[in-house]
Amino acid sequence: MSDSVIDTPTPADLSGGGMGEPGEAMAAARTRATEGPWRAGLRKLMRDRTAMGAVVVLILIILACVAAPWYAQHVSQSDPFQSNLDGQITIGKNTLDIMQADTGGLGLGVTPIGPTWRGQYFLGADDQGRDVMARMLYGGRNSLIISFASTVICLVLAALVGTVAGFLGGWVDTILARLLDVLWAFPIYLLAISLSIVLISKGLQIGPINIPSNSLLIPIAIIGVVYVPYVARPIRGQVLSLARSDFVLAARCLGVPSSRILFRDILPNVTTTIIVFAPLMMALNMLTESALSFLSIGVQPPSASWGTIIQDGEDLLYTQPMVAIAPGLAIIVTVLALNFLGDGVRDAFDPRAKLRVGKG
Amino acid sequence: MPADMPTPADLLLDVQDLCVSFRSERGTIRILENISFTVGQREILSIVGESGSGKSMTSLAVMRLITDPNAIITGRIIYKGRDLLQLDARAMRDLRGREIAMIFQDPMTAMTPVYTIGWQIEEQLRAHQKLSRRAARARAVELLGEMGIPAPAKAATRYPHQLSGGMRQRAMIAMALSCNPSLLIADEPTTALDVTVQAQILELIQRLRQDFGSSVILITHDMGVVATVSDRVMVMYSGIIAERGPKPLVLAQPSHPYTLGLLNSIPPMHGARPRRLPSIPGSPPSPTGRPAGCPFQPRCDFRFEPCGTRPPLFANGEQEASCYLAEKGLPDWPHERAIRAEGRQREGAAA
Amino acid sequence: MLLPTLRRLAEMIFVMLGISIVVFLIFFATPGSDPAARIAGRNATPETLAQVRHSFGLDQPLPIQYIKVMEKLFISRDLTSFVNRGQKVIPAVIEATPVTLSLVLGAAVIWVIFGIWVGVTAAATRGTVIDRGLMLLGLVGVSMPVFWVGSVANLITQSRFHDTWLFHWVPGLGYTPITQNPWLWFKSLIIPWMTLAILYIGLYGRVLRANLVEAYQEDFIRTARAKGLSETRIMFRHALRTSLITFVSMFGLDFGALVGGGALLTEVVFDLPGVGRLTYQALQNLDLPFIMATVMYSSFFVVVANALVDIAYAWLDPRVRDAR
Repeated sequence: MSDSVIDTPTPADLSGGGMGEPGEAMAAARTRATEGPWRAGLRKLMRDRTAMGAVVVLILIILACVAAPWYAQHVSQSDPFQSNLDGQITIGKNTLDIMQADTGGLGLGVTPIGPTWRGQYFLGADDQGRDVMARMLYGGRNSLIISFASTVICLVLAALVGTVAGFLGGWVDTILARLLDVLWAFPIYLLAISLSIVLISKGLQIGPINIPSNSLLIPIAIIGVVYVPYVARPIRGQVLSLARSDFVLAARCLGVPSSRILFRDILPNVTTTIIVFAPLMMALNMLTESALSFLSIGVQPPSASWGTIIQDGEDLLYTQPMVAIAPGLAIIVTVLALNFLGDGVRDAFDPRAKLRVGKG
Repeated sequence: MPADMPTPADLLLDVQDLCVSFRSERGTIRILENISFTVGQREILSIVGESGSGKSMTSLAVMRLITDPNAIITGRIIYKGRDLLQLDARAMRDLRGREIAMIFQDPMTAMTPVYTIGWQIEEQLRAHQKLSRRAARARAVELLGEMGIPAPAKAATRYPHQLSGGMRQRAMIAMALSCNPSLLIADEPTTALDVTVQAQILELIQRLRQDFGSSVILITHDMGVVATVSDRVMVMYSGIIAERGPKPLVLAQPSHPYTLGLLNSIPPMHGARPRRLPSIPGSPPSPTGRPAGCPFQPRCDFRFEPCGTRPPLFANGEQEASCYLAEKGLPDWPHERAIRAEGRQREGAAA
Repeated sequence: MLLPTLRRLAEMIFVMLGISIVVFLIFFATPGSDPAARIAGRNATPETLAQVRHSFGLDQPLPIQYIKVMEKLFISRDLTSFVNRGQKVIPAVIEATPVTLSLVLGAAVIWVIFGIWVGVTAAATRGTVIDRGLMLLGLVGVSMPVFWVGSVANLITQSRFHDTWLFHWVPGLGYTPITQNPWLWFKSLIIPWMTLAILYIGLYGRVLRANLVEAYQEDFIRTARAKGLSETRIMFRHALRTSLITFVSMFGLDFGALVGGGALLTEVVFDLPGVGRLTYQALQNLDLPFIMATVMYSSFFVVVANALVDIAYAWLDPRVRDAR
């Protein structure tokens, strides 16, 4: 695992006088300059085995989720959005009820069938008798879509706000920076909860746009917005220091127009930061989505996400724990892969970046 | 051996054939090659060289502060009869700060920012001596006063960033001297300071041997500093010894072209100022790109056929230099220069 | 020292004002439907709606509404729930506070101790298998949804392994006040504490390791070695002491995030009757006044906690102390 910071001092560090290999360092810098930071970073990333492993895992997860309808039709042979309380399946020679009568106690309630480890009901059924594996694949689609789309929204908004504030300065910056300060201090989940409950209770109507309360757009927009300060603040700082740097000052003195400075000197740096943030933000957003869905203010029924399936599994925790465990494992694997990829991207593109993406 | 060289009994430190190299992906990189020198009691030895010459590495090797697991250190570092390279970590730690102390270039970064000056001096005292906090503080204040810090009791309660550069370096020296070390290694102690403060710090270092009886290894790139304080000089270039000897002799008549170049680049104190100070063209080779033979030859005005093989140290009295020009007596630079100029003319005519 | 403290407190009040405005706007000015309908909850009668309109002054301009809401929240503290007819919201929140504080403070102690342990151990053994293993575990910890960890912990300690010697001491879900039975209080909270702390142990261990490794590149570490100090002393008194500054500044933010996020989820999973579970119940009932109150009180608590940590931070780093 490649964990950011330089580990052992190089000879150059020890001699105090720059004893290293100036020739080679310069040569390396030169190739880097001609090649462009993008391709160099990408190449470095391709060589990072951990990061590439993470990419493979992510692709597999995405493919599996894309194949959800196929799985429901051909493998599980059931509609994962339809309750199936009276169904039966045949395993070998035995025919079993999906909802089995309790044997212990008074023998009243029913327990859904556990994992069969075959095509049908691979991971068992939930309390509606629906195939958990098929629901997981469908739920994964929503989890991935929401975390990806909200990441895009968050990064675009943050880049916009951060660049505008940092580059324009003056009263625009003062207002935006103050606003970011307030939102930064606002605990993420509390902000998300407030927004969710208001939007989910009656949906959102702005003029002709009418977003129903069970639309995926609501969690996407909420998760996209709440993390904006986390990304916008570092970008603002970066733009601010670039705008005050000597080379930008020199360019201004030479009469280079502001727009050119913005596009040539500042935006490329911001883009690097965005790229480094992207996988880590997506990991964070996936966790946030699952938490909101678990609290029943994220993805609304009948749609599912990994978070809602865990919530469904809560009631079956002691009898059929797989319903809650499996989607949790799916979240962990995906988030872990995103975090590994994030580490790799950071090392490849901006090894000195000190990103700190925590849990909100 | 000349009569006024320190006898073995006077020798405090005797470094023999010190080699430092680092294992890397592209093979072993040799940083120091066969460095030998001695430091006598109450002697000030200056080690001079450009950055990258290995002078700091030498001092870190003596302190055994090279922590890189890929470092290979060979040779012998005899201090008061014990080979430091053979000591276990605990014995070495006990020696550091008590017997051999060190001060660094930038006292701002070399002191822990979150503790007061007094605390840091006390820490060193209490690491090596059984002292109460109160006694350690009293001694710290006393030391700060001896280093010429006004209102030492107040200064002891200050944090490093609250003092001026000169005061910080004085505090650093006070800390280094707190356990009365026999040897003080000063790594570019004046480089980060103003010129006037530089002079004060150098004067302080010179006074140490009277007041504290310490020997000093002074590492610098500044020939002016060498001229002010040292007894003997060792000039390093690219990990080897270029020249060494008593200061007056080396300064009066250098026997290595590199030393000559360094001396020529000091502005003269008297007479007309030259329009432009001569400098040594080029830059020192990287440890991986050292040429075969004399490492200085690519930048040397005086190179000739023998330079293709590595020169040994040639002795002329107490003065030694690793240059073939010093093989038969001290070189006569104007004469040598004339020979080269004539040679170049002849080549020009032939072409 | 006094002036920066006052400045930080002024900043705190500004942020509190900002947050109260944001919350107010979310609940009362979100475009779309009538705020009265949202506040009154599902299937409200016209009488209830009229009552809501009147008591919040919804026919008056927004600034007046804002003042009315703040008055109900913080001065008269008589905000009532319409879903749960007539229940006074604020006393319920205040009653639940000790539970949440017990949960959060205990988790913070565990996470700080273990976070430091992980960071120091990994930095001291950097490059070895121990270091890599700890960092990998840390990343796994950061990647787990806290409510899932809680569920799995319940499954293990309450059901599957409850009858073994390892977990038979774990009491059933729920909470006992410390004033009633301190030992039971401790036993019922230890599993929730660990659940909540796991994530932050991973995060803090990783950040601290990176800071320590960076600190080891500093000149003052070389000086400390040259002074003849032991490696242990160098690690704890010099490297760790300087790295802790970042640690503490992070702690303020995360402690706040914990109150609003992780603690809420943990209370739900472990059935702890704290502010988080109250919020959860209100979420299920779409009880907006209740949610508004818990959000506002929790955020204010977080902002105050952050300010206190920042003041402590200035005290930790003499450079910051002088810079302001």
